[in-house]
Amino acid sequence: MSTNIDTSRSPLEATAFSKRIAAFIVIIYAAIAIIPMLLIVTTAFKSTTDAITYPPKILFKPSLEGVVNLSTQRTRQSKEYLKSLPPPRTWYEKIVRKRQMVIAGPSRFFQRFVNSLVIGFGSTFFSVFLGTLAAYAFSRFKIPLKDDLLFFILSTRMFPPIAAAVPIFLMYRKLGLNDTHLGMIVLYTVVNLSLSVWLLKGFIDEIPKEYEEAALVDGYSRLSAFFKIILPQAATGIAATAIFCLIFSWNEYAFAILLTFREAQTLPPFIPTIIGEGGLDWPAIATATSIFMLPVIVFTIILRKHLLRGITFGAVRK
Amino acid sequence: MSEVKLENISKNFDQIQAVSNLSFTVKHGEFVVLLGPTGAGKTTTLRLIAGLEWADEGRIQIGDMDVTKSQPAERDVAFVFQQYSLYPNYSVYENLAFPLRSPLRKSSKQEIDKKVREVAGILHIEDKLQNRSTHLSGGEMQRVAIGRALVRDPNIFLMDEPLSSLDAKLREELRLELKNIQVNLGATLLYVTHDHVEATTMADRIGVLKEGELIQFDTPSNIYNSPNSIYVANKLGSPKINIIPAHLLAVDVPETVKFIGMRPEHVKIDESAKLEAKVETIQNLGVEEIISMNFNGEIIRATVRPDEAHKVRDSIKFNIDTENILFFDEASQRVQI
Repeated sequence: MSTNIDTSRSPLEATAFSKRIAAFIVIIYAAIAIIPMLLIVTTAFKSTTDAITYPPKILFKPSLEGVVNLSTQRTRQSKEYLKSLPPPRTWYEKIVRKRQMVIAGPSRFFQRFVNSLVIGFGSTFFSVFLGTLAAYAFSRFKIPLKDDLLFFILSTRMFPPIAAAVPIFLMYRKLGLNDTHLGMIVLYTVVNLSLSVWLLKGFIDEIPKEYEEAALVDGYSRLSAFFKIILPQAATGIAATAIFCLIFSWNEYAFAILLTFREAQTLPPFIPTIIGEGGLDWPAIATATSIFMLPVIVFTIILRKHLLRGITFGAVRK
Repeated sequence: MSEVKLENISKNFDQIQAVSNLSFTVKHGEFVVLLGPTGAGKTTTLRLIAGLEWADEGRIQIGDMDVTKSQPAERDVAFVFQQYSLYPNYSVYENLAFPLRSPLRKSSKQEIDKKVREVAGILHIEDKLQNRSTHLSGGEMQRVAIGRALVRDPNIFLMDEPLSSLDAKLREELRLELKNIQVNLGATLLYVTHDHVEATTMADRIGVLKEGELIQFDTPSNIYNSPNSIYVANKLGSPKINIIPAHLLAVDVPETVKFIGMRPEHVKIDESAKLEAKVETIQNLGVEEIISMNFNGEIIRATVRPDEAHKVRDSIKFNIDTENILFFDEASQRVQI
């Protein structure tokens, strides 16, 4: 008796059944992984009271209290004083009045958010820019002590950066780089550079040098060959490296809390300082965290198609 | 198009002598093939002419200009690489237009378009112009790579085994096309290969390289009929030339002759001949048969017409065209008699 074999698929391919099992596992994992994110985003739209009820409310009356609390500074007033005020003119004033408070001014959140963007993307740009140039040089040119230099670059990553925190703090104070955007960009660039040089060198090594040689013979300088041929080929590696660098500098907490307090403070040290009255203001913190997550998610989605490796390597005959 | 002249070129890579004391001239409009095994310095020679490597010693001249120390772009040569030939992020059209868009050749858009379409026509890839260079078959890729050289009017075309990765049928086809194109354009072309058929079918002159040295530089027929050493004799011809110790044949030769060489087509099976051997294998190629026979412990190959009936292990009689015999001394060098 012959068994029924589905001849439409190759023996190396998974069966429909095993694909279904795989999909099932992935969906379960995704569901578990998304719970904390969901919790944060829903908390952002809960009222202060709903946010701390136990067990947590799945269904709740959406409120913009978190957003308002995050973006304003408020003071508590006596009932008599509140009564003496004219009725609230805007929706956010209404929300604040309900808690017996008045708006004293805007909060510092958005300034901190801009700081995070400037420092995060700024240092990512410099890490990737310098990293690409260095990686290209290490990949293509004869450099004396090349291996030792590469090891030195890697070794800067070998001890925890925070171990150098005190010397850096003193150095920055002398140089006037404490609490400046420039100081933080330089610091994160230095920390990320070793990762970026090593990652990118791997990617550039894989680009056959024949491409540049062909361009040189075709009448181009090395620089224009680099921009016209190598850079588009390295896009995959550059995208991946940029995401790694951004994630590090975006999330960095220890140096940020040590070296920034006002002008250049980023969101990681700022978010824990959002305190409500009689406890933490969870909706405001959740709103801040949700906004904090957005840029990295957007950046990753934009660069996603470059992350799929191997698309452009098809013209290579080996 | 210009004449390209190499004078006493040497090049080392670390401890390895890639090219040593190489001198030859590719004349204007000439098709020269450098023939040699892997590691003979063929590719290095091309790269030295293109300026992708600096020569340690010697002088390279293109036309009237000494280019020994010039940048690749200044030499105005076209290079077809053995592999990795196309820019993967560009379409076929852009690949062909790329050399014309170089800052050194300010061509107008119309000129570029005209030239690209003309070359695409010559190479029969007109309908592939909009394809991405990654979406081509191996043969098409290599046509585009050759096309990228043809769009230009360089001093010399340098080609590094451009057909080696193609299948046999396509290789034969492109070989003919390439030769036709070269003749029609009157192009100066230096071509590198380890395939002796490519060498003999296309070349005006062949340079045989061995371990970085030029052993012989001559026309295909001279290389075939009058090689200056056993090494060169072995390079051309299929089946290979028979080389046997001189004492096995009762021929009257000077003392210095230690080896005798004869091409398989000069070995004649003849029942009335004196020499006798035993048939070891017979290969039928359709148009001819190759008989390998054991003659006093040496294998001698003869090409015969397939209608001659021979069997393996048969005893067989043969003689040799004496006027076509080649003599070599102890150092494998040719001895003229």
